[in-house]
This record gives sequence, C-alpha cells and structure tokens, in this order.
Amino acid sequence: MSKTQEIDLRHVKPYGDTLNDGKVQMSFTLPIPYGDEAKEAARVLAKKMGFEEPEVVHYMDLGIGYTYFVIYGSCQHDVDYTSIEVPKVEVESMDKYGVEAYIDEHIKRDITIIGACTGTDAHTVGIDAIMNMKGFAGHYGLERYKHVNAINMGSQVPNEELIARAIEEKADALLVSQIVTQKNVHIPNLTQLIELLEAEGLRDKLVVVCGGPRLSHELAKELGYDAGFTTGSFANDVATFIVTEMVKRGL
Amino acid sequence: MKSKLNLDPQVIESARSAAGNIADSMQGFIDRHSTVTVERTVARLLEIDGVDEIEKPLPNVVVDNIIEGGGLERGIAYWLGNAMVKYKKSAQEIAEAVSRSEIDLTKVEKQSDKEIFECILEIAQKTTNRVRENREYRTNTINRLGDGAQPYLYVIVATGNIYEDVVQAQAAARQGADVVAVIRTTAQSLLDYVPYGATTEGFGGTYATQENFRIMRKALDEVGEEVGRYIRLCNYCSGLCMPEIAAMGALERLDVMLNDALYGILFRDINMQRTLVDQYFSRIINGYAGVIINTGEDNYLTTADAVEEAHTVLASQLMNEQFAFKAGLKEEQMGLGHAFEMNPNIENGFLLELAQAQMAREIFPKATLKYMPPTKFMTGDIFKGHLMDAMFNLVSIWTKQGIQLLGMPTEAIHTPHLQDRMLSIENAKYIFNNAKNIGDEIEFKKDGIIQKRAQDVLSKAEELLKEIESIGLFDTIEQGKFADVKRPRDGGKGLDGVFEKHQSYFNPFIELMMGGEK
Repeated sequence: MSKTQEIDLRHVKPYGDTLNDGKVQMSFTLPIPYGDEAKEAARVLAKKMGFEEPEVVHYMDLGIGYTYFVIYGSCQHDVDYTSIEVPKVEVESMDKYGVEAYIDEHIKRDITIIGACTGTDAHTVGIDAIMNMKGFAGHYGLERYKHVNAINMGSQVPNEELIARAIEEKADALLVSQIVTQKNVHIPNLTQLIELLEAEGLRDKLVVVCGGPRLSHELAKELGYDAGFTTGSFANDVATFIVTEMVKRGL
Repeated sequence: MKSKLNLDPQVIESARSAAGNIADSMQGFIDRHSTVTVERTVARLLEIDGVDEIEKPLPNVVVDNIIEGGGLERGIAYWLGNAMVKYKKSAQEIAEAVSRSEIDLTKVEKQSDKEIFECILEIAQKTTNRVRENREYRTNTINRLGDGAQPYLYVIVATGNIYEDVVQAQAAARQGADVVAVIRTTAQSLLDYVPYGATTEGFGGTYATQENFRIMRKALDEVGEEVGRYIRLCNYCSGLCMPEIAAMGALERLDVMLNDALYGILFRDINMQRTLVDQYFSRIINGYAGVIINTGEDNYLTTADAVEEAHTVLASQLMNEQFAFKAGLKEEQMGLGHAFEMNPNIENGFLLELAQAQMAREIFPKATLKYMPPTKFMTGDIFKGHLMDAMFNLVSIWTKQGIQLLGMPTEAIHTPHLQDRMLSIENAKYIFNNAKNIGDEIEFKKDGIIQKRAQDVLSKAEELLKEIESIGLFDTIEQGKFADVKRPRDGGKGLDGVFEKHQSYFNPFIELMMGGEK
C-alpha cells in the first residue's frame, strides 16, 4: 500500500474522495428553458467558473422557463492556508459563573446591558437567545446572570430610543441584533447608531456590540463597534467580552 | 372522531369555556371603543382611495381632519355622510376636497340624521355586495377549476418588487403551491397608514398595497386557469392597520390573512387596547369575505421553548378561536397556528411534535389548521434542514393539517431562492403522497409517550386559561405569561389612536358584515 500524499498547506484544494481532486458540488438556476441546451449552457458556465470536467448530474424544469442544475466539478484553484489571517474577538470566554465572579472581583457593582433589534428589524430570535432568561442551547441568557441588569427592548427599536434608554438606565453596554440583511439594510442602521452615540458624546462611555448571522467581527470593527458576534456565539461569549472590555477601558 | 390521544372531553370543554369567558370579558371594552385605523377602514369601504400631493393616503387625510375638529368619537361615516348629503358628492370627491382644504368635515352644516344614514347605507350596501360577489366568485372558481388537497402547500414570495413576486408566485403555482403569501416589507406593521400604488422596493418583503394585491390576484388567477387549480393569495392583516388591510383584501379577493388577536401585542409591541379593538373589526371583515385567517401561535415557540411552552400555544389557539367566534368567523375559516419548533437533538422529539399536532387536530376538528415549519433550529446546514422539513411534512400528513407552510432548506440564510421553493414543494409532495393515509392506519399506544404528552399539554393549557380567566387578559400579558414577553397596558405603539365611541357613534359595516355569509 502506498503512503498517503502529504497535504501541502500552501496549496490547498477541495477534497472529494482523493487528496487534491478539487471536487466541488454546487447548484444554481439559469433563466433559460429546460432542455439539452440548458444543460450544456450550465456546463459551459461551470467551466468558466474555473471548474475542470464539470458534470451536470441533475437538472429540472422550474416551471417558468427556468432550469435548476446540480453540478460537480474539479476546482482548478488552490489556497495558501499558511497566509490566512482572520481578526477575532481575542478573549477566552468565561462561563456564566466566571463572568459573575469577574464582575464581583473587578467591577464591584451591577452592570446594565441593553439589547435591541434596531431599525426595521422585527426578528428577535438572536437578541432573545443572548438575553432571555432561558438562553439558547444550554447557555443561560444575560437576564439570569447575577450582577447583570439585562434589558431586552425587543424588535424594531429606533436607534434614538435605544440611546434614550441607555441614558435613562445608565447603561454600560449596548447589544444590537441585526438579522435582516437583505440589500444591506443593516449597514446604514448600524452606522447611524454609532454616529448618534458620538454626537451625544456617549460612544466612549459604552461598550457597543452587534451581532447577527451575517455579521462578522471584522465588519463590526469597521463600522465602529467594539465587537461583532455571529452564529455560534452565546451569552457567556458576549458577557465575557463586555466585562473584560469594561475593565480594560476603566468604565 | 374517536380520540387517538385519549383526551378527556371534559378538560377540553373546561379550557374552551375559560377561553370563552376571557373573550366575553374583553368584548365590552372592544364594543365601547374604536381606533383611527377602524375609521380609516370605514373610509376605504366607502370607496375612498388614493393619496394627496405629499403621498398621504386620503383615508388618513379625512380621519386626521375630523380629529382636528374633535369629532371622531361619532365615527367617520357620520361626518362623511353629512358632507355628502350637503354637497351631493361622492365620498371620494369629499375626501379630495378635504385634502385641498376646501372642506373641513366637522364644520359642514349639519344635515338630518336620516338622510345621512340613508346616504351612507346605500354605498355601504354596494361595497358589501362587491365583497359578497368576490366570495361567490371564489366559490364558483373553486367548483369549476378544483382545489388543492389539504394540507395546502403554502409558500412565500418576498422579493420587495411586486412584479418580481409575480414571476416567483407563478413559478411556485406551476410547481404545485396552493397558497402564495406575499411577505410584507419589514416594519410595515408599524406604519399607521397603508402605502399606495404598485411598489418595487422593499426589505425582506413587499409593501401590502391595494394595487399590489390587485396585481398579484390577477397573476394567480391567470396561473390558476393554466394549472387547473384555484391558487389562494395570502397577506398580513396585522400591525397598526389590521382592519384596513382586511378591507383591501376583501375588495381584491384575498383568500388567506394572517390575523391574530394577540400577536401584535406580544411581537410588535403594539398597544393591547389598540390591538383588541382592531382585531375585532378586521375579523368581521375577514369573516364576511370568506377569508381563512391564520393565527400566529407559532411565534411563541421561536421566542420561548417549544417543549416547555407548548401549552401556551394551545391556550392562545383557544382564545383566538373564541375572539374569532365573536367576530362571526366560522370554524373552517380558522387557520389556528402551531409549529414544529423543537430542538432536533431532543430524544423522541418527533413523538412530542406528533402528539401536539394530533392534539390540535382533535381539539379543533373543523379548523383549517396552519402548521409552521422549523425555523429556530435551522442553520446553514441546508441538508439537515431539508431533513427536518421532511419530518415536519410527515407529521402534517399524518395528523391532517390544513395549511402547510413549507419549510425552506435555506431558512436560516436568505429569503427563498427560486430553486429552494421547488425543493421544498418536491419534499412535501413526495411525503404527502407516499404516506397519504398513514393517519387512518396508525393508532397510538394507550398511555404511551404520545398520549401522555398530549394530555399533559392540554391539562396545562386548561390551568393557564383558568388563571387568565381569574386575573384578566390585560394583566396576564403584563405579567409575561405568553412567550415570555411582558407588555404594559398603556405601553407600546398606537394607543393614541384608540378612542371611546360617542353614544351616537355610526359604523354601518359592523352590522352589515357581521356573521359572514347571510
């Protein structure tokens, strides 16, 4: 039996059933009628995308002169894994009890965190997962944390109202959830909050964090937030960031 | 129907009667009040349409004019009728004159009440006739073309552009969809007016406007002829303009409307007094128009836990049912909502879902139950998501649900792409055909997991309803007993649009439309 090939991390390709075979599965729709010509058109397009020997394994009529394809092909390109750098929230997350103890020891008072789905966004599933008592997937929400006064303002909260509430409650941190990101509607909304906070002279006095399935830490930083959290983050991740950031900035 | 779940009819009766008492206790409040959107609805039903030069809808223009004059508690029908008698003009002409500041409705010389009522009733009769004709047209078309088999396949379109929506909706109908819902643009529920005209820009959905309704209705009628099946059109009768949307839907022959008595309070932070008054009039209209309403209990489970809070869904369904009876809706028009939202990692979770779906079927035997797909635990793993949707479809055919809101494999990623909808329809068609009579063949083990689960949920729902009955609905919501959401009685949006009716308040449509088909 021959030894398996060594993986070259500077030239990584997709793996199907053999190293470097480059196999990729994809599916898409073309606005052309179902038939042999459609199949060939999809194959040609896959070739243009950079796939060798693309194969249309399934195609079907979508009913309005459009056709859906499932295609396999071999990717010609590779990627240098050794050169990859991803900015991350660089905090080792504590659990709920760790966060509570940290507040006890370093902050020595209760902290107030206000969360909201802002702008037109009506989807509270994200902010609820982080804030509501029950939490999500076994991670309790911030409402259950000792020393944390967690206020969930719910959906479709105008940025102005969020700020007014922050002043009223003397908040330490703001959490903004954005689920709806069609047509990038979240970008101007997130930007506006930061601008308003700056205008009110509040930006430096608050930890401001955003989250959502299509957000990244990198985008959050770019928009002027302290951190961005996405799918796979829980209340304790967010809480850890907030309390350590508060201590770091002496808030 | 023999109960497969061995549910105690006395417990069901007790829960239902508690829900009935809760609805009764609110009806006095509802009957004493009206709202700005109820009055705008009356304006629309009196055939006022269009916008002024700053795009303000004319129904808003006339209502605001009467508020300024301090006369809204008599009802807009009175003031419009008064001006119509005086100037011998149509309601639309009067509204246009108001928008040009040529007429100030509360300053118009008072005419005789008799003439006012006769003038208004004549138009009101005309409008209700038009709605009745729409209802008859629907029935006749279904008789001629045929209807999809239940569970109806319900899909959404949400491009933001009504013309793009038409392309997708027709594709969906050709692929097998029976109901097409045009998702509204995010935040429309919080607008205290209904936008006007055809629209091509929206976020995560398309504006509900009367013109958009008309465009989509025409497209679905066309494709219905082609595929040989009546295709139902659904929109959202919720938010701050509940009854106005109902009126627009009745005029343009929509077939299905999201229309919950409590949803707006809990999930859109709309004031509870406002919502209760609005839902009543909107449901009277939906009832008369033969619309199937869909309630929003599924939403409870996206916020709260689907296993622990299942009884709140049943409790809310029972209240929605009683509020709907009050507005004259028939059981068949009640698309009471529930959902397949348990964590997929739960051992025997499928059995619990099956128990709850069967329970809903048995407690509401005639209702066109609306069953919602998994959303909360859907991830970017489209392959697992497709499997979860398959499990959901199996429960639905097994327990004979009425409307199947198809789950999309890409639920957690984006509004559906054209092929996502096709894959979902194929999934449902395969399972609905392959397991068609499974419910007629299989019974459940006595005192097994499934029977116990249903009995347990029912008994908790009964307990909750009795508690609400004793402390009152407003207090219950203030205490956060539904979906873990707390709402204050005087909080939320839209309270300033609620007002107490004068003893001579006039709205002809409540009486004309109440009780559905007459």
